[in-house]
Formats: sequence, C-alpha cells, structure tokens
Amino acid sequence: MIEVDARGRSCPEPVVMAKKALDQYDGQEIVILVDTNVAKENVSRMATNSGFSVTTEENGGDVRITCSK
Amino acid sequence: MTSIQKKLIATGGFIGLMASLLMKYGNPGNMGICVACFIRDIAGAMGLHSVEKLSYLRPEIIGFILGSFLAALAFKEFKPRGGSSPAIRFVLGMIMMIGALAFLGCPLRMLLRMAGGDLNALVGLAGFLAGIYIGILYLKKGFSLGRSYTQHAVNGSVLPIIGVFLLIGLLAAPAFIGSGAAHAPWILALAVGLAVGAAAQRTRLCTAGAFRDIMLIRDFTLFFGVAAIFITALVGNLIFNPGVFHLSFVEQAAAHTDGLWNFMGMVVVGFAATLLGGCPLRQTILGSEGDSDSAVTFLGLLMGAAVSHNFGLAASGAGLALNGQVGVIVCLVLLFLIATLYSRETA
Repeated sequence: MIEVDARGRSCPEPVVMAKKALDQYDGQEIVILVDTNVAKENVSRMATNSGFSVTTEENGGDVRITCSK
Repeated sequence: MTSIQKKLIATGGFIGLMASLLMKYGNPGNMGICVACFIRDIAGAMGLHSVEKLSYLRPEIIGFILGSFLAALAFKEFKPRGGSSPAIRFVLGMIMMIGALAFLGCPLRMLLRMAGGDLNALVGLAGFLAGIYIGILYLKKGFSLGRSYTQHAVNGSVLPIIGVFLLIGLLAAPAFIGSGAAHAPWILALAVGLAVGAAAQRTRLCTAGAFRDIMLIRDFTLFFGVAAIFITALVGNLIFNPGVFHLSFVEQAAAHTDGLWNFMGMVVVGFAATLLGGCPLRQTILGSEGDSDSAVTFLGLLMGAAVSHNFGLAASGAGLALNGQVGVIVCLVLLFLIATLYSRETA
C-alpha cells in the first residue's frame, strides 16, 4: 500500500499529490489522506475520472481515500 | 450531467443574472459584482485610500462573508484551520489586487465585462489563462506553501467577525466611513451577496480553479459555473440593461484599451490565484468557512487596494500609468521568486 498524506494542503495540492501517485500505479492500493470535504471531493472525482475505483472512510476529521483498479 | 455540475450552473447563472440586475439598480457599469473592485471600495470606505468615489462598505462582500459562514456552519463544514505561510499569502493577496486593478477587475468582473461586449476583457482572459498556466508549471514542480493545521475556533472566525463589523458600519453609516461610490440599494446588494456566498460555499465555485482544473486534470466541473456566469450576464444585460452591450474595445465602462497591460495585469492575477489556490471570490469564501490563511489573504487584498491607489498603481480609463507598469513588473518578479523558492522537486 502506498500512502499519500495531503492533510492540511490547500487546493489543488491534494489533487496534484494524488495524481502523481496514481500516475505511477503499479497494482498496489493507493491511500490518500485528506482533511477537508473539498479535498475529498476533488481527489475522489479525479481518481474516478482516471479509471480508479474509489472508497472513502472518515475517521475523526481525517478522510482516507482508497484507490485501486 | 452530475449533480455538482447542475449546482454550479445554477450558482453561476444566478451570479450572472444578479450582476446585471445590480448594475440596473445602480452598481457601476459592467461591475454588477466585482470582488476586487468591491474590496477596494471597502478599503476606501475605511480610509485606507482617499478616492471618495471608490469608497463604500459594499454589502455584496459582507454578504459573501456572512452567507458562506452560515452555509458552512449549517452543513458542518466550518473548520478552523491555518498556518500555511500566512505572511506570504498576505503578500500574494496584495499582488493579486495590484494585478486586478491594473486590468480593472477581478476574474469575475472580467466575465461580466465580456458579457457587456468589452473586448479588452478578452485580452485580460488571455493573460489570466497564461498566468494560471505558469502557476500550474510550478504546482507540477512541487510548489506548496506548506500544510495548515487545525486552529482555535476564534482564529477561524476572524473574517466572519470582520463581516459583522462591516455590516454594522454599513447600517450605522457614520460620517467617517466613505460611501461615495455608485451603488445599488443596500438591501438588494446584501441579499444577493448572502445568496451568492452560500451557493459559492456549497459549490466551491472559483474562476481561477475552473481554468486550472481544465489545464491540470482535464476536469471541466468548475468551468460549468464560470460559463453560466458569462451566459446569464449576457442575457441579463440584454433584458435589464438594453444599450449597455456593445462589442468594442473603446468606450467601455471602467476599462482601458492598453492591451499589453490588460494582459499583464491578468497574468499577475492568474499566477497569484493559482499559487493561492483560488480567485478573490474563493479566498473570501474560504476565509469565511474557517480558513484563517484565506482570511489573511483577504486582508492582503485590502492592503493591495490601499497601495494601488495611494501609490498611483491602479489603472484608469486612460490606461496604466508608469507607476502601475512598474508595479505590475515588480509583482511578476515577486511571483516568480515566491513560486521558485517554495517549489521543490518531489519524487
């Protein structure tokens, strides 16, 4: 599993960081951590549009976005 | 079409239509709503610059702040946070305002000017796109102003509290607060501002983000809102302001025809907005939903307006004077410097 911590990053940094990781997808699940609804929506939308299946899981103020193909 | 795209079309459509209505009822030409110009007017009302006819505690801005604050509270999205290079963000806010006042408008007014037939705004759009493109190159190189952290609720409430004080100032209207700018009735302006603020908070509408997302990740979602602003402002002008629309470079309201500086001013705005993560409208909304970094950016915009008018950097109908040209170049140099210093290649 590859983890990208994008918590506290302002728009559009979480998307840029997630995209960089997704572009190098090698079959390992990629988890992106964010902490705002905006980042959750933006990263999920980008990953879905890139052909990944996406699940989100909220934990306190943090959100784990799991992406796989 | 997705639900968020529909909401963005509704929000953008409302903004465009209301902007033409506010113009009919007294706001300046092709300036039904302009976030940069209206923050500049607030700066004037507070005595931060001394141009009397550019002074008024604009109810639209007060509405954006309080509307988005209330929407964020209602939808449990008010999240006090900050600490991502606030001083740099203050400077970027100043720079974004100086660029906007060289062009004479924020990106939102650029769309409204286009809807009034002002071809100079198309030159501005080209500059805006170029600025966003430059910003994206740095984002790809790892540009970041660092992460923010959760803060005390009071820290996240500073801009909404400023909004309340501005509202008190507007209603009490003491003699020491300037109010010389042309304006629509305050109650209409405030109502529109509240509705736009709430809708923009829900939809994350951002004029810079719209073009950035297309260039960066081929995502047209936010663009639906921006396109809707232009289309309904165009239709709204034809209905409410017949005679206003004329397709031309010359004789446009609050505009100049100096193409180079219309372009360069908006390069500065696009570049700064991309580094900040949002246009002046978006910064105002974020600052009202708990992001104290964006609240600092808002204060930077206010300071930028003061500097712009006190140092003669702002353009007029006659064009951009030498001071303003130097100002824009200094802003560009600072933007490249900040972008370079805060970029690092990541693996």
